[in-house]
Amino acid sequence: MKLNVNGRVQSVDVEDEMPLLWVLRDELKLAGTKYGCGIAQCGACTVHVDGVATRSCVTPVGSMAGKKIVTLEGMGARGISRVQKAWIENDVPQCGYCQSGMMMAAAALLAKNPKPTDADIEANVTNLCRCGTYGRVKKAIHAAAGQKVANDMPAPTLAPNGQKI
Amino acid sequence: MKIDRREFLKVSAAASGAVAFEFVAPTASAAPAGVTPRAGAEFTTPPGIGMTDDAHEVTHWLVIHPDDRVVIRIARSEMGQGSLTGLSQLVAEDLDCDWNKVSAEFASPNEHIQRKRIWGSMSTGGSAGVRTSQEYLRKSGAQAKAMLISAAATQWNVPAEECTASKGVITHGKSKRRTTYGKVAAAAGKLEAPKDVKVKDPKDWTIAGKPMRRLEMPDKVLGKPMYGVDVELPNMLKASLVQCPVFLGKVKSVDSAEAEKMRGVKGIVKADDFVAVVADNWWRANQAAKKLKIEWDEGQNGQVSTDTIFASFREGLEANDLPAARKIGDAPGALASAAKVVEAEYSSPYLNHATMEPMTATAWFKGDGTLEVWTSTQNAEASIATASETSGIPLEKCEVHKTMLGGGFGRRGAPQDYVKQAVIIAKQFPNVPVKLIWSREEDMQHGFYRPASLVKMKAGLDAQGNVVAMQTKIACPSILALLRPEGIDKGIDFTAVRTFSDTTYTIPNQLVEYAMRNPHVPVGFWRAPGLQNSFYRECFIDELAVAAGKDPLEFRFAMLKPQDKNRLVLEAVAKAAKWGSPLPQGVHRGIAQSDGFGSFTAMVAEVSVNDAKIKVHKVYFAIDSGYVVNPDTCRAQAEGNVIFNLGQLYEANTIKDGRVAESNFHDFPLPRLAEMPMVETIFVPTGGFWGGHGEPGALNLVPAVLNAVYAATGKRIRSLPMKEGDLKA
Repeated sequence: MKLNVNGRVQSVDVEDEMPLLWVLRDELKLAGTKYGCGIAQCGACTVHVDGVATRSCVTPVGSMAGKKIVTLEGMGARGISRVQKAWIENDVPQCGYCQSGMMMAAAALLAKNPKPTDADIEANVTNLCRCGTYGRVKKAIHAAAGQKVANDMPAPTLAPNGQKI
Repeated sequence: MKIDRREFLKVSAAASGAVAFEFVAPTASAAPAGVTPRAGAEFTTPPGIGMTDDAHEVTHWLVIHPDDRVVIRIARSEMGQGSLTGLSQLVAEDLDCDWNKVSAEFASPNEHIQRKRIWGSMSTGGSAGVRTSQEYLRKSGAQAKAMLISAAATQWNVPAEECTASKGVITHGKSKRRTTYGKVAAAAGKLEAPKDVKVKDPKDWTIAGKPMRRLEMPDKVLGKPMYGVDVELPNMLKASLVQCPVFLGKVKSVDSAEAEKMRGVKGIVKADDFVAVVADNWWRANQAAKKLKIEWDEGQNGQVSTDTIFASFREGLEANDLPAARKIGDAPGALASAAKVVEAEYSSPYLNHATMEPMTATAWFKGDGTLEVWTSTQNAEASIATASETSGIPLEKCEVHKTMLGGGFGRRGAPQDYVKQAVIIAKQFPNVPVKLIWSREEDMQHGFYRPASLVKMKAGLDAQGNVVAMQTKIACPSILALLRPEGIDKGIDFTAVRTFSDTTYTIPNQLVEYAMRNPHVPVGFWRAPGLQNSFYRECFIDELAVAAGKDPLEFRFAMLKPQDKNRLVLEAVAKAAKWGSPLPQGVHRGIAQSDGFGSFTAMVAEVSVNDAKIKVHKVYFAIDSGYVVNPDTCRAQAEGNVIFNLGQLYEANTIKDGRVAESNFHDFPLPRLAEMPMVETIFVPTGGFWGGHGEPGALNLVPAVLNAVYAATGKRIRSLPMKEGDLKA
């Protein structure tokens, strides 16, 4: 079977029903896409299939013929994408495990909706993050869209007797 | 994983058209160099022991390259909490090096053993990374600085006292001679470390105390293989396993005929309490594992349910002769003569850690008689001990490569079950590395859960509404009994009674009793162990304030001494939240305070309830941790704790037929982005002590929110998870 992943057509010898996630991870050695639940609940496995955010853990590879698959590794192939850049600038990740899927969901949203509102982000980015980076995810998506964040977390306040930060 | 940051900045600048990076480091052109390969993260080349290429160990905590790059060794783990960066900041601060040239690597557990535990504790829990190692890390930085200066002075033949060092440059003022750390590191490493060195006053910090970007950035956004599940080695096989659904059950027999015939399957490993399938691809292993026909010996626990467990808790609360965790004055006597008595019962369920990365470990029995393990661990010493014990290979011939953790929250510390399993499995495949990954279902149903508990509180008020007595009975499984039995003191597990046994509320008569009831469900350290007691106590205090007809903030102030740091954080949070000021229609406030893990914290939540649905709009969080080593990662912990713990309102693991009923995120729903409230963090670092950040932020979210829910609806939620109808009229 031939797969177009990150602009490269590669042959893989796998069962049609093998989820795309495990073809990417175990056959093509692209570890950026993560396994979280296997039932399309958490979004850690999100990749782009013809530009659409897709949960690869429930996507049989047999359905991928002729489609263009992009993973996080491919997103930054020509330098670093604006989404990744916004993620760095806003220091989004904590453990970081879910962030690959989170960024893929964000990039797909921005591709179809270049100036998303908070509500758009809430409706489209349904990935799970156990560390709780959601506030920064939202902020980074706005930053990648080149817009000011209307409802940003306030900067930390320091008591007057505290040491300088 | 080796990333040249300058190269990275060049390409990213080219991509974006301008350098838009705001690395906290003074210039945008040179960012910290990241985590070096020896961290075990470059999986194709297992790191060796000793120094890399031309680098020189100055003290055991740091290595300096001739080009002035400083590599700081990290003994603790990085699971998102930011210790990797914070600990590096502390060493770099007293070393006075150039932060732009700092990277970090995990200290090798094998070398640690060979060098007689030179790096101290490798355990990462209890929000203790910074607070329990800051002293020796800062000292080590200062020692290295003195040694580097001394080496330069010797070369110049001048007294060391005439030399100074800053940002990695050593200067002899009189002769205006200069050299850099990298040039004298080799000579410095041969010197004896000075015994008495002075560490900096935090007031003079220039690296510590600043919001430095995480050292593992940008790797974490580039999809680099860095987690336990990402380990990839030559000829590696993958394993998936099935454990007995009823905890403590054993394998009676297994029919693996069908599984064995499946594509890619290389073998079946039958152990005492699990069966694993090993294949060339994890999905194939997992598919085959589903075809195993296993007959289990479920033992005596097949009938246990949440109901039978809570019945045992209730029996515990009614038992006589319970050990007392705190006894001040005569609580029963004072209750008998109180003007008003308030009583309430609260409860919480078992909770899985639900780390996004499931449990995983890779083991490789090598031809030379050594064993190497790669794993996401919160305690590499526990991992290497488990590897050695399970394999029978002496510690000195074992190595554990620490990877980044896809979340920890306490699951990957004391219990090393997944390392043990990986070693058992790989032992059947000599010379072949085998990577075990648990399915999410196994992970959900075989955790070390936050204990369920049932608590009964009774308080007496005098005629003026002051609390004169409080009696608390706690029925709760003991984490220590399972994982650290030597920590139990006279029948008391402090993690089960904290917040009651150590409250600073000045209630003159207090009695706290503990009924240890240990069902067969494994319990463990779940982020802020004992935090359910903050829910109970702070909601009950709110009930008392209502009974006394007093404002909940003023009511708490009346029970806190003027210099109590709990009072200071309450004042700070109330001020930030403008406690008492009008709120938009339908929005209500709740407040809570607790101390723990070395820090003092208070929270105010602004909440509305519509159609029986809770919406948390904003949370104010004040913390006094003495010092703040990295305000940005600490703030991230505060923000993360808010949403992590909001999940407690709805999450539960229920026990049915001796097993956990929930199996994945569809029936164990974690909060999503849309539920994230605004969080305002207020640091009140009063200095003089070192408190934690990973867990203190967890304590007050549930009580602050539920107290606000009461203010909004008049309904008191005393049992979690919330049930349909809890807030219906």
